[in-house]
Amino acid sequence: MKRRSPVFLARRSYRLRRIRDAARLLPVAGGFLFLLPVLWAPAASESRDTAPDGIYLFGVWLLLIGAAALLSRPLVKDSEDAPASAEERG
Amino acid sequence: MPFNLLVLACVTYVAFLFLVAFVVERKAARGAARWLRSPVVYTLSLSIYCTAWTFYGAVGYAARSGLEFLTIYLGPTLVFIGWWWILRKLVHIGRQQRVTSIADMISSRYGKSNLLGVIVTVICVFAATPYIALQLQSVTLSFGVFAAAGTYGWAMPDTNSTALWVAAGLTLFTILFGTRNLDANEQHTGVVTAIAVEAVVKLLALLAVGIFVVWFVASGPADIVARIHASSISDWELVPSRWAGFTLLSGAAVITLPRMFQVLVVENSDERHLATASWAFPLYLLAMSLFVVPIAVVGLEVMPTGANPDLFVLTLPLSQGQGALAMLAFLGGFSSATSMVIVASIALATMVSNHVVMPLWLSLRPAQSVSGDVRRLVLLSRRLSIAGVLGLGYLYYSLSGGSSALAAIGLISFVGVAQMLPAMLGGIFWRGATRNGAIWGLGIGFAVWVYALFLPSFGPGAALPIDVFMQGPFGLDWLRPYALFGVQGMDPMIHALFWSLTLNTTAFTLGSLFSFPGPVERVQGLAFVNVFDTERAEPQGWVQGRAEPEALLVMAQRILGDEAALAFFEAQAQAQGKAGYLPDPVPEFLDALERRLASSVGAATAHAMITELAGRARVTVADLMRMAGETAQIMEYSSQLESQREELTRTARQLRDANEKLTQLSVQKDAFLSQISHELRTPMTSIRAFSEIMMEGDMPPEMAANYARIINEEAIRLTRLLDDLLDLGVLENGTVQLNLKLANLSELIERSLRAASHTRPERSFTIQRDLPAEQIFLRTDPDRLCQVLINLISNARKYCDSAQPELRLVVRQRGARVIIDVIDNGTGIPRDKQSLIFEKFARLTDQMRAGGAGLGLAICREIMVNLGGSVSYLPGQGGAAFRVTLPLRLEKSPHERAA
Repeated sequence: MKRRSPVFLARRSYRLRRIRDAARLLPVAGGFLFLLPVLWAPAASESRDTAPDGIYLFGVWLLLIGAAALLSRPLVKDSEDAPASAEERG
Repeated sequence: MPFNLLVLACVTYVAFLFLVAFVVERKAARGAARWLRSPVVYTLSLSIYCTAWTFYGAVGYAARSGLEFLTIYLGPTLVFIGWWWILRKLVHIGRQQRVTSIADMISSRYGKSNLLGVIVTVICVFAATPYIALQLQSVTLSFGVFAAAGTYGWAMPDTNSTALWVAAGLTLFTILFGTRNLDANEQHTGVVTAIAVEAVVKLLALLAVGIFVVWFVASGPADIVARIHASSISDWELVPSRWAGFTLLSGAAVITLPRMFQVLVVENSDERHLATASWAFPLYLLAMSLFVVPIAVVGLEVMPTGANPDLFVLTLPLSQGQGALAMLAFLGGFSSATSMVIVASIALATMVSNHVVMPLWLSLRPAQSVSGDVRRLVLLSRRLSIAGVLGLGYLYYSLSGGSSALAAIGLISFVGVAQMLPAMLGGIFWRGATRNGAIWGLGIGFAVWVYALFLPSFGPGAALPIDVFMQGPFGLDWLRPYALFGVQGMDPMIHALFWSLTLNTTAFTLGSLFSFPGPVERVQGLAFVNVFDTERAEPQGWVQGRAEPEALLVMAQRILGDEAALAFFEAQAQAQGKAGYLPDPVPEFLDALERRLASSVGAATAHAMITELAGRARVTVADLMRMAGETAQIMEYSSQLESQREELTRTARQLRDANEKLTQLSVQKDAFLSQISHELRTPMTSIRAFSEIMMEGDMPPEMAANYARIINEEAIRLTRLLDDLLDLGVLENGTVQLNLKLANLSELIERSLRAASHTRPERSFTIQRDLPAEQIFLRTDPDRLCQVLINLISNARKYCDSAQPELRLVVRQRGARVIIDVIDNGTGIPRDKQSLIFEKFARLTDQMRAGGAGLGLAICREIMVNLGGSVSYLPGQGGAAFRVTLPLRLEKSPHERAA
């Protein structure tokens, strides 16, 4: 196991970089999901879908909040461990 | 509900907020407010995004256009969960550059240009005024609801006077807690905590009304879904342009609104709090908007037709006979309105005073003759600005009559502040963004906003004549405010948003591409864009040696206050490896000083003030090389070398100082030896001569007595000299016996003044004391302390060369230490001599005038060391000044403790 420790370290920093990527992508995904109603709403003009739309939007919203909460933990630890200078180049 | 009770509740609530702010400020002053700066308080303070517009207006918005109100919260949600992109950088820059407001941030990024600061300030004031008016209106309306519903025959109160009282109360609160101090990086712990409390109140209120509506008026969520289906709200059609446009707009507004910038960046005390806020703030927004549609649906159903949907939150519980709930809702709305107005007026007042008043004052006053305390001027200008901003809001309210729907005003404001988005984002992500580009972009965006949205919002024929709406100005058809360039049929709000941001961004980009940035601009651009790469402070190439540290100290004292400035200078001097209060004016020090000043008066003003004393900043070859990206690697290596070199330089400077001191001491020692031989020889000679005469005998007894007296006097002189030397020796060895007891400082000073008045009794001094401050009981050796004070006062009496000599004794208590300053109004001690005066045998003037062996201050210093304190020279006080510091309670002598 001891021989694997450098590999483990590399994996850890690799994981951290991907978490940063995820944090960057989260608002993009959120924007996409929030704009989805634009695609279906005008077409189905006669169906009265305000309630389902609302439930969908609040659901997405809650999902994004949960994802942001999960991501924020390792990100804070990351910025505590290493000074921020190194990460922009990563 | 009686109207009186309402007013009473209101006043009680406000008094409670005053108490919270007051207690927190007190705690923060004692440094005991760590927990108050937690991520929770930070997140709650961000909730000033939810103003009365959210609290009341969201329901009205939902009643009019269904789910569209959600866009106002979806935009900020996206910005916050994407904090890794923008917010993290913004907050980091804000803390590193000690930014005081959004105007300061933009002006600082573009070469500390004050013109940009002024433009941003103007935009913010224009955009915020209607918004503040909106808050006053909502409070007045909600008062009106209670007055109208009252069964006690209350007439509708005069709405104008209600708004006036609210505005006056808010001004008072904001001035009291928003302008307490200039320093501490512009943070207002008391206000922020009060805002957090208000955030909790408004959330609870809205949730309570929502739960009441869903589970008590309707019968649960399923029933609500059914009612939504049946309601007229379901006729709502999603307009894609508005949906996407408003999401973008609210996302932009959440970082560019001055009040949001204030709590988000300026009041941030720890960058890690942002990580918590990234999910907790969207959660707060979600909770705030969760019950909006149910309240709107049930309100439309239950309330009579024609009832104002903007007030459903209040009127719905009232109509169901729930007075207490309505009261809670009222307090919630009141909280949302007041918290927004408080923070917005603090933010705006900071901008107005830093970017308009201070530069005007700097350019108007006669050159160089700065007098008086600038802090008082800045604080005064801030207080007046707060009153002015709130006055403008009130004026707008009473002029516009407060009739239009709440939502419209809020969105108009949003489009106004969104004009800062290109300059801001460009500033932190694009190094090529220049000052000219920013000026063009902001100017054009602002002009389009005023013409296409702000002025028309007053209604056709009010601010713009009707023919301008129909045919365009001067008959130019393509310039109609709602159809610029012939684009017709767009929603007016989206139309203005689209054209203003498009033209703004285009002008900003083209202006940046075709202009050339100045040196300061390029350095700042690098510092902002690569903020995570450049952790080290970047000295700005101030010309070394031009600035006199003492002049800088005098200026810093006027802005930061005496104590803070002295502490800052002392710390800087220590960092350079020097003792005392005056660091060398190296670029690093000037840069640090500029940032420190910037946290009080803004970057542009601080830069101008230092430029005046230190000469214009010069960008060195090293700076230019750092800016060239390809050389970054080499620079990193060389910067390591440089920091090593700096370390060496500092050590060398210390060695040089020490060597210089040794050389001077050796010269002094030689001088003293000849001096002491002389001093000893003169009395000895006369003693020998007179004793020889007396040995011969045969003289009248009165003559013999006379000679004996002379011999005695000379012997006394000798003894005194030897006593002094002995005293010094004992003090230095630490074998002195201290006689510790309790003593009143005022009495000690009185005693010292009396004893010192024997020195040059012919001079009359004006003595300034602060008797109440002197009433401190010390546990120390009073006789030794007196000895020090007598020495300092006699020195002042001896050397103060003013025609009307004055002596000032300032006593202060700082925690467990007491500070006594002895200040005269003479010419003081020249800088090169300041480090010498505490040495043994040092004498600045000729020996005859001094009349001593030059041991006085050396003895003082040793006494103070034995008393666990210090005595030092205090520069920049307009005369010679000495500071004595000692502990309030001296338990044992330091040497005993060490043993």
